[in-house]
Amino acid sequence: MSVLNAALVGNPNCGKTALFNLLTGSRQKVANYAGVTVERKVGRLTTPGGLAVRLLDLPGAYSLVATSPDEAVTRDVCAGTYRGEPAPELLVCVLDATNLRLHLRFALEVRQMGRPMILVLNMIDAARRQGIAIDVPRLAAEFGAPVVTAVGIRRNGGQEVLRALDLPPPPPPPALPPGSDFHAEARRMLADCVARPSRLGMALEERLDRWFLHPVWGMVILFALMFVMFQAVFSWAQPVMDLLDAGTAALGQAVGTVLPDGPLRSLIVDGVIAGAGSVVVFLPQILILFLWILALEESGYLPRAAFLLDRIMATAGLSGRSFIPLLSSFACAVPGIMATRTIQNPRDRMITILIAPLMTCSARLPVYTLLIAAFVPERRIGGLFNLHGLVLFALYLAGILSALVVARVLKNRDRQEEHPLLLELPAYRLPNPRDLALGLKQRAVIFLSRVGSIIVTVSVLLWALASFPAPPAGAVGPAIEWSLAGRIGHWMLHVMAPIGFNWQICVSLIPGLAAREVAVSALATVYSLGATDGDAARQLQPLLSAHWSLGTALSLLTWYIFAPQCFSTLAVIRRETGSWRMVGITAGYLFAMAYGAAFIVWHASLLLGWGGSP
Amino acid sequence: MRLNELKLGGSAIIDHVEDHTAGDPVAERLRALGFVPGEPIRIVAVGPIGADPIAVGIGFTRFALRRAEASRVLLRDAA
Repeated sequence: MSVLNAALVGNPNCGKTALFNLLTGSRQKVANYAGVTVERKVGRLTTPGGLAVRLLDLPGAYSLVATSPDEAVTRDVCAGTYRGEPAPELLVCVLDATNLRLHLRFALEVRQMGRPMILVLNMIDAARRQGIAIDVPRLAAEFGAPVVTAVGIRRNGGQEVLRALDLPPPPPPPALPPGSDFHAEARRMLADCVARPSRLGMALEERLDRWFLHPVWGMVILFALMFVMFQAVFSWAQPVMDLLDAGTAALGQAVGTVLPDGPLRSLIVDGVIAGAGSVVVFLPQILILFLWILALEESGYLPRAAFLLDRIMATAGLSGRSFIPLLSSFACAVPGIMATRTIQNPRDRMITILIAPLMTCSARLPVYTLLIAAFVPERRIGGLFNLHGLVLFALYLAGILSALVVARVLKNRDRQEEHPLLLELPAYRLPNPRDLALGLKQRAVIFLSRVGSIIVTVSVLLWALASFPAPPAGAVGPAIEWSLAGRIGHWMLHVMAPIGFNWQICVSLIPGLAAREVAVSALATVYSLGATDGDAARQLQPLLSAHWSLGTALSLLTWYIFAPQCFSTLAVIRRETGSWRMVGITAGYLFAMAYGAAFIVWHASLLLGWGGSP
Repeated sequence: MRLNELKLGGSAIIDHVEDHTAGDPVAERLRALGFVPGEPIRIVAVGPIGADPIAVGIGFTRFALRRAEASRVLLRDAA
């Protein structure tokens, strides 16, 4: 049976994705275009007439004179020159019926491609409500292509599109002579085919924007929204994460009682189940954050937030779009980096991904609290502040400031080009539950399949490093000391001794690759405390203050500001950028900064006499 | 007058968009977005810090742009 290759094209905010969801339902595949970080969405559908259609949802574009990788993909696929992508046999050009001036101009540009196309006047219900009357047959005659109407957010709102797909593809529409003024042509067609009331239907937008974009109230609303979002990601997800954690632990125990003691049991319980658990535990945060972001994006608020925050983020050489991903990275860099998809400018997106790990994530807190409790005296400063709190604040601040420095340095590397804000503030819309659900499902699947597989593989690898070879009979000391990880830890000491680390720290950093907070339980293992005990930290605290110098503790705290050793973060960077090079750059620069800063802190401590054994 | 000099709530007619560099991509994009001669434009909001960026209403669309970008847009007074 033959399959029709069709592609949806249109301006951003034309409701193209809602229409795509309506037409293809859940029969979608999301991936990246080969070699670029542009998302490729393809779905299948069958028309009422029984025709199978492979529908590509091309990235939204304002113009085919591309200024972003998104637009370049759209241009090349429409032209049929994108490698590995068949030339579409039919272009389905989606236009927002309430904003025809802008969208018809783009349709005229697409028409120059000389491919069979149909026009879809989407959101026709909203246009009718605003009193916009469109003479559809006349528009079809003037444009030279079939024109249908649709309501992307309503069930059965795509019937006319499906019927149009059933008809044999129309002949390519006539193109204008090169160098024509598309604006003038769009204006001429609109004058002929569209009647609008003299009073513009923007009263609602106007009223809402008076509040949402207000210099004071707009900021108040924004911070209220961000506060709730941060709370949701940080603390509402916690009970579910704890539940998942407990669930994996219980599963591990249950499996552990069934299997005979030995390497196989250890592999399955400590390697596979623990690894899979560390993947699943991220899901609540990712789903909550993305529910929030998708709702903000669909409602039209996200570009407004970017507008309000643009000036603040400009001090770091970024745009307002980077704010939410960076804020979420305080909970965890994994959902934060996934959220950088809302940043259109590829350079801003790369920089945001690079600095996201510098936002102090919640996984660093167990390490911070352990070391602060063990080494910083409990003291009030100025009767108001607690020294513990001040140190913790300083650690957060150090992360933010170093992110600022890194962003500025990266920005100065390419100053030849201006990176404009130039952002459309679309009409406000109520988010559609089906579109939110589909978006969430896609994020979850991408995370579990692509990122999860890397994390589980590495977890198993780390398990093997920490378990083999087993200690010889009659050996004393914790088993990990005899393992490969133990040997690597001792070997690492050559590198880490100059920053004040002892071999115990080095060994615990290796399992800590799986997740930063694992370093705490790994330290407990190395010091022969019950490894998985919930109160490992409490037992460790006096031990550490007895065995470590203050300088070592400060050096490790400094190391953790940069903490390059989180494999989940690196895995998600690999997935989001599609490049191992970016992974290498991130790990490399974080390692260099961690080492450099810890080196300075350690040597300053030595000068201050904090380096000796307590 | 240029768009970056227009006050909040003010409106004007676009005269033309000028290139700041040869083949200025920002100017090119502004023209594609409908910043074309004869089009009425007004400032609907300004950013909270330093009144930058600005939000403009043009045609049936609103755009946010920085003042540096807006300085490419030359205006004639509203008739």
